[in-house]
Amino acid sequence: MDRIQSRLKRLQHERRRRDAWLTVEIARHKDRPRTRDYIAHLIEGFEELKGDRLRADDPAIVGGLGWFGGRAVLVVGHQKGRTLDEQTAHNFGMARPEGYRKAQRLFSLAERHRLPVLTFVDTPGAYPGVAAEEGGQARAIAETMLKMARLTVPLVATVIGEGGSGGALALAVADRVLMQENATYSVISPEGCAAILWRDAAFAPEAAEALRPTASQLLELGAIEKVVEEPRGGAHHHPEAAAAKVGEAIRAALAELDGLEPDERRARRRERFRKLGVWADPAAARTVLSAIPDLRP
Amino acid sequence: MNVTVEIERRDSRPAKPEWICPSCKDGAQLADVRGNLFVCPSCGFHARITANERVRQLADPDSFEELWASVRTLDPLRFTDLEAYPDRVREAQAKTGLAEAIITGTARIDGHECVLAVMDFGFLGGSMGSVVGEKLWRCVELAVDQSLSLVAVCSSGGARMQEGILSLMQMAKTSCAVDLLNESATPFVAILVDPCTGGVVASFATLADICVAEPGALLSFSGPRVIAETTREPLPEGFGSAERNLELGHLDAVVSRKDLKAKVGSYLRLLKGGDTPERREARRARGRGKGRLAQATTERARTLAALARRPFVGGSGQDPEPPEEAPARETPA
Repeated sequence: MDRIQSRLKRLQHERRRRDAWLTVEIARHKDRPRTRDYIAHLIEGFEELKGDRLRADDPAIVGGLGWFGGRAVLVVGHQKGRTLDEQTAHNFGMARPEGYRKAQRLFSLAERHRLPVLTFVDTPGAYPGVAAEEGGQARAIAETMLKMARLTVPLVATVIGEGGSGGALALAVADRVLMQENATYSVISPEGCAAILWRDAAFAPEAAEALRPTASQLLELGAIEKVVEEPRGGAHHHPEAAAAKVGEAIRAALAELDGLEPDERRARRRERFRKLGVWADPAAARTVLSAIPDLRP
Repeated sequence: MNVTVEIERRDSRPAKPEWICPSCKDGAQLADVRGNLFVCPSCGFHARITANERVRQLADPDSFEELWASVRTLDPLRFTDLEAYPDRVREAQAKTGLAEAIITGTARIDGHECVLAVMDFGFLGGSMGSVVGEKLWRCVELAVDQSLSLVAVCSSGGARMQEGILSLMQMAKTSCAVDLLNESATPFVAILVDPCTGGVVASFATLADICVAEPGALLSFSGPRVIAETTREPLPEGFGSAERNLELGHLDAVVSRKDLKAKVGSYLRLLKGGDTPERREARRARGRGKGRLAQATTERARTLAALARRPFVGGSGQDPEPPEEAPARETPA
């Protein structure tokens, strides 16, 4: 009996590892719909707005204004591209400080004109280059998060592919974070994690399982609000159907957020992130927990 | 007589150095190095120091009162690589004598009352997980409520991988905390010390009102090795150093360890210079008018501060095992 149980446990573990890695591969699939595809399907009359107004335009982050379900919105997202030429042009979705500063500029514009903000997250991470570092990559990411924390307009982020580390989070400090079924979102890439903790990048599937980067796992951990279904086999099998589901989820999230006062939205967003994390505090937990009002809508 | 001479000779030989500078390889006696704040007497190299040593150097004598030492690490992902996460935490605790990678409390720096948070690189690379984020948040709430300044000494390899997405979320959490500080005009000074990379430099550390670093500190978002491997570009001389960052405009100053205390004191006095009792009262009134959320924040900070001063009663404080009862997990549904 014990033997059977341990075998079952091993098989379950093996299956979890395979499932996690499969999701990583689908999330990175070369045909997976990108930010521009979702813009094409969901946004009417999109007007792209370029440049950080300081020195450059970063094609790894695209942004602009358009109509979503009859209302004007700001859209900002990482753009990966599909063909090799496109991918190179967009730097594989790895943004530089210019990209994050462009996002900040556009967020200010949305706040000024009271437009809801929709972001799409799809990046392996921020670009790790010398010029990017020396151009202030760290501070650019930090400021983008702070900027998002300050907005009072509704903010909905959707993870559509790879949510790679701080470079992804910089566009996801939102009121509602949605995530497609086969997208991943993680503190570090499975390869990076394996290289550090297993001392060998070949253990990436093990790392992928351990990091729990899939949508259903993140929902359990409270890091996202909703898992958005994809067509069978992944979004790339039917981009239009995938986009329709995403659009529906965004519309529902916006409807919830519209009912709140601007300052209340900002305060609740702050609360959302304050609550994230798991710790024990034997000296204070119970008392303090009971002092916190339930802030869910 | 001859014997005495023998002994004198033996004593006059240079003693075996207890400390060897990692930079210039010169040897020195530990007491001398400690007296010099763990800065190499020969070349001025700033050695890494523990969080406790940092507090001794920075805070006025006996002014540091630790808060929230009882906040303990859990293993939400049941993360195991070559070693289980709880084992890694236990090892780090045994090695450093700390419960987590940050110690927090109130202190006086150069006579100036403030909230002080100090990270320790020796504890799992100073990595930021749920506990670090939570303790920083509490520091912020306390500083805002008590009109104290916040001083953070940052040293970290980045977000803690073993807590997965929850570690990443601490970047957002601490950035939201800075929003809280800014909103209430609470002064925030960050001291970046070697090494400070990844999720910490890309969140609260670089969002401070004044951001300084120690000489020679490595400051970058991606580590030099990752950059070299990804881009195959040679790294320029001095890449990521505090001095280079100062040149590029990413820091307010590079400050030697011996000057740090006076500098921070001066910054805090200046940042508080425009504050008057009337303005403080106006700020409080604004806070009161902000409805139940702002009030909940204030309420929580007070309760936490009060409880933190009570003696700790729940176990040894060294045990990272998840307790039997439900952990203090707060998850939005």
